[in-house]
Amino acid sequence: MSYETVIGLEVHVELKTNTKIFCSCSTEFGAPPNTQTCPICLGHPGVLPVLNRQAVDFAMKASMALNCEVADVTKFDRKNYFYPDNPKAYQISQFDQPIGENGWIDIEVNGEKKRIGITRLHLEEDAGKLTHVEGQGHSLVDYNRVGTPLVEIVSEPDIRTPEEAYAYLEKLKAIMQYTEVSDCKMEEGSLRCDANISIRPTGQKEFGTKTELKNLNSFNHVHKGLEYEEKRQEEELTNGGEILQETRRWDDAKKQTILMRVKEGSDDYRYFPDPDLVHLYIEQDWKDRVYGTIPELPDARKERYIQEYDLPAYDAAVLTQQKAMSDFFEQGLQEGAPAKQLSNWLMGEVNGYLNQEGLELEELPLTPKALAEMIALIEKGTISSKIAKKVFKELVENGGDPQTIVEEKGLVQISDEGAVREMVNEALDQNDQSVEDYKNGKEKAIGFLVGQVMKASKGKANPQLVNQLLKEELDKR
Amino acid sequence: MERISKEQIRHVADLARLELKEEEIAHFGEQLDDVIKAAQQLNELDTTNVEPTSHVLDVRNVLRDDVVKPSLDRDDVLKNSPDDDEGQIKVPSVLE
Amino acid sequence: MGAFTHSLKELHTMLHNNEITVEALVRQALDRIKEVDGTVGAFLRTDEEKALARAAELDQQLQDGTADADEVLFGLPVGIKDNIVTKGLRTTCASKLLENFEPVHDATVVESLRDAGAVTVGKLNMDEFAMGSSNENSGFYPVRNPWNTDHVPGGSSGGSAAAVAAGEVPFTLGSDTGGSIREPAAYCGVVGLKPTYGRVSRFGLVAFASSLDQIGPLTRSVEDNAYVMQRLAGHDERDSTSANVEVPDYLAALTGDLKDMKIGVPKEYLGEGVSQGVRDRVREALDTLKDLGAKVEEVSLPHSKYALASYYVIASSEASANLARFDGIRYGVRRDADNLLDTYLKSRSEGFGDEVKRRIMLGTFALSSGYYDAYYKKAQQVRTLIKQDFEDLFLQYDVIIGPTAPTTAFKIGENIDDPLTMYANDILTIPMNLAGVPAISVPCGFDEGMPVGLQIIGRHFEEATVYRAAYAYEQAVGIAALPEVKGGAQS
Repeated sequence: MSYETVIGLEVHVELKTNTKIFCSCSTEFGAPPNTQTCPICLGHPGVLPVLNRQAVDFAMKASMALNCEVADVTKFDRKNYFYPDNPKAYQISQFDQPIGENGWIDIEVNGEKKRIGITRLHLEEDAGKLTHVEGQGHSLVDYNRVGTPLVEIVSEPDIRTPEEAYAYLEKLKAIMQYTEVSDCKMEEGSLRCDANISIRPTGQKEFGTKTELKNLNSFNHVHKGLEYEEKRQEEELTNGGEILQETRRWDDAKKQTILMRVKEGSDDYRYFPDPDLVHLYIEQDWKDRVYGTIPELPDARKERYIQEYDLPAYDAAVLTQQKAMSDFFEQGLQEGAPAKQLSNWLMGEVNGYLNQEGLELEELPLTPKALAEMIALIEKGTISSKIAKKVFKELVENGGDPQTIVEEKGLVQISDEGAVREMVNEALDQNDQSVEDYKNGKEKAIGFLVGQVMKASKGKANPQLVNQLLKEELDKR
Repeated sequence: MERISKEQIRHVADLARLELKEEEIAHFGEQLDDVIKAAQQLNELDTTNVEPTSHVLDVRNVLRDDVVKPSLDRDDVLKNSPDDDEGQIKVPSVLE
Repeated sequence: MGAFTHSLKELHTMLHNNEITVEALVRQALDRIKEVDGTVGAFLRTDEEKALARAAELDQQLQDGTADADEVLFGLPVGIKDNIVTKGLRTTCASKLLENFEPVHDATVVESLRDAGAVTVGKLNMDEFAMGSSNENSGFYPVRNPWNTDHVPGGSSGGSAAAVAAGEVPFTLGSDTGGSIREPAAYCGVVGLKPTYGRVSRFGLVAFASSLDQIGPLTRSVEDNAYVMQRLAGHDERDSTSANVEVPDYLAALTGDLKDMKIGVPKEYLGEGVSQGVRDRVREALDTLKDLGAKVEEVSLPHSKYALASYYVIASSEASANLARFDGIRYGVRRDADNLLDTYLKSRSEGFGDEVKRRIMLGTFALSSGYYDAYYKKAQQVRTLIKQDFEDLFLQYDVIIGPTAPTTAFKIGENIDDPLTMYANDILTIPMNLAGVPAISVPCGFDEGMPVGLQIIGRHFEEATVYRAAYAYEQAVGIAALPEVKGGAQS
């Protein structure tokens, strides 16, 4: 029997506000434990929440960028559960009137476009951080993170493969970064993902029993976890077993999903409207104001790169996948770099270097201006492409300005006809055999001679000029 | 007890993280049953098109600016804590 | 020195005429507490050291002439209900679970009183987490009614009412979720106001039922009450449900004039369940009001009988969430256990008293899956009808008047294990919390030696009108006397 996979993703994104959602504590990442807390976020007796306007604006902006309808009236509800990282024993969240609903994003997998529905986007507060102390029988709680504004984005069960899930996450992250509502750093927990996956016999309408995957710390883990789970469920069914409604976690060391708990019925969170907070009425002018702050999004940029700069669709997609890369490209263009060359450098050398070193573009000392200037030096013939690689290495490792690097390292291309002609003649004088060969019709010999000239010039001679002058001088002999 | 079973009482106590002894289950059960019976009196009223009131005043859109204010000193954070270690609140292990 | 018998205004004048010092007033309060509180049990703890230090500061200001001569509360001792947080002064809500909790900040009302120059002398006993109508639910010891120590003082602000009645302090703060200021005020023969929901900041009030809770003053007289209310009322950015509505001059409303005031008397409030003695006193009071020129008519609040059930579902539901934070993790008393679940179970089960557990159970049930619509949502819909009843009447009437409680203070132990009978004490005060309207209880005589309270209810934010009616009545009959309280150990 063949099976079809159905995947739904729940993504939590921390919003990049200065302060927490219901109090004025800083949300800055990395502070010493419990130094960014106050009676409000600690849930002391008698405290009350006051909503952060910026958090609402960001949630609206994210909703709009994900093509959601933004609610006219929305409210906050209490979700009740006991856990040490949840100081009030309820989380302020949104139950039946989320800020955004019925959105979608487009993804592309193997050249095929697909639209993935977004059920809802709601605003809520983050929990604290629990650390289990190995072998001590206790855990430690740091409440710095508690109250950081989060949006939870729930997809429709439209995703059919782990690849689509990956593409969805990449696109979602790009949109969140483009709109600047979140920095989406998975390693800092500012983007987190849980996945629901079930399989059903191909053609069957009803969904199969789903399992929930947790501890997915990177998009790769999501991909691998889903692949594993897809296979596990299929084997289970094929062997006559049944799928239980379980929560499982991805263990990247063991490369498998591990059962955490079997769910019995649904959780009873006893949601009810938070009486400490009032309704939000989102009037049209508020919506318009937020809408006006949405920048060009990745899909639009990609289209523009294709249309305006004549870039191949693939290149445009790679360039726009991350806001940092795309912004770098745009700034490079502003510095006068030709689109195609700039794109080639970014996709080739820059990306290659990032992958090799495991770095993010923002971490490089290379600036768009420097790259644009370096390309200009190539275009002008001041440096050769070969020399450019040396300059690039310097730029990407230590930064600086290409012109100065070229001058300081003496990398300027020798394009002076007299000087090159001298070098050419010297080479011809020293390589009688090659001259002979050329004369006898061995065109290839010229390659060797070019090499000799380049070597003598320490790579600085203008290769085109060397070629041209070699032919001239050979013909004279 | 007619309106609420012992099973439900146990479920509710579990949700509320209250540990009830057998006799308390029976005792609270009776009393809750009475209160629930009284609450069922509300069913005499037809509330078909009545909006629920969660706030008596029509206060809307209370928002504050996104400006950081000083947090508590950690000593004050931990002053009331039953148990702490290295600036963090210590709790029995969350792993089973 | 004995009990406080002067009005706030008189004490203020004495201070500024150098007839008395702040220190003397604070010592008077502390001495009086030592003298009678062993019997009354109104205070859970005093803060002698800080109160005297503060008194010295304020006396210095008086000497330097930097004290605000118009600030009537300046230098006066106050007692604060123990569910209102006070920085550095333990705040327990009369619960064993919070026995050791020392707040790291002040409630907004505490800040306001402090800014005015009032001196907090201690924290007042109450029903645990404000759940109760008799003060027998205190986790520490019950409060006794200063008029007869065999009787309850009412609840949940029993300590707040008894402290004023026993002359321990000239004024106190209480909180009112379903009658918790007005009912003890009535039982103890003092004046207590529950302001309009949103009129006084709830920031720093340990929440019982967030959509119903309000802080208010308890005093000997209406005038005293208005002086305190003037300091409590106002918008607070820290409370999203606080109303941004201008605060009128409450003292200016105390004219003694009732001409053309239209008073509605709901027939439901003088029906069966209300004792004959209470009915008689209220009718006499209405006659007095008529004599003063008011127009008094019988009216109806048709949904009154549903208020109690609606209230208990809503209040308990909100409480079940509000009290969930008391889990022994970050503060409060933790009962150590091997694992997390048992830590929760033990801390909460051993920390909370029976009434608190009962209401948490009820609220948890009402919100639980499958019951939400039948109980919680239904109760909120009925709340809408009850609110509508008041709105309809207030189109025609300036105030609505009835008794505060169906009976006078009952004997300690009488209703302790019968929640429904106990809850029925609140039947006349609950509707105002559901509707969010302001209401005051003023003494209107006695029934078999125990005080009876007259309840005057106004439109949203019309505390001034409520005060106007209450003051005119009080002027006509005289400010109620305080009881003789015998000192000595608690019996």
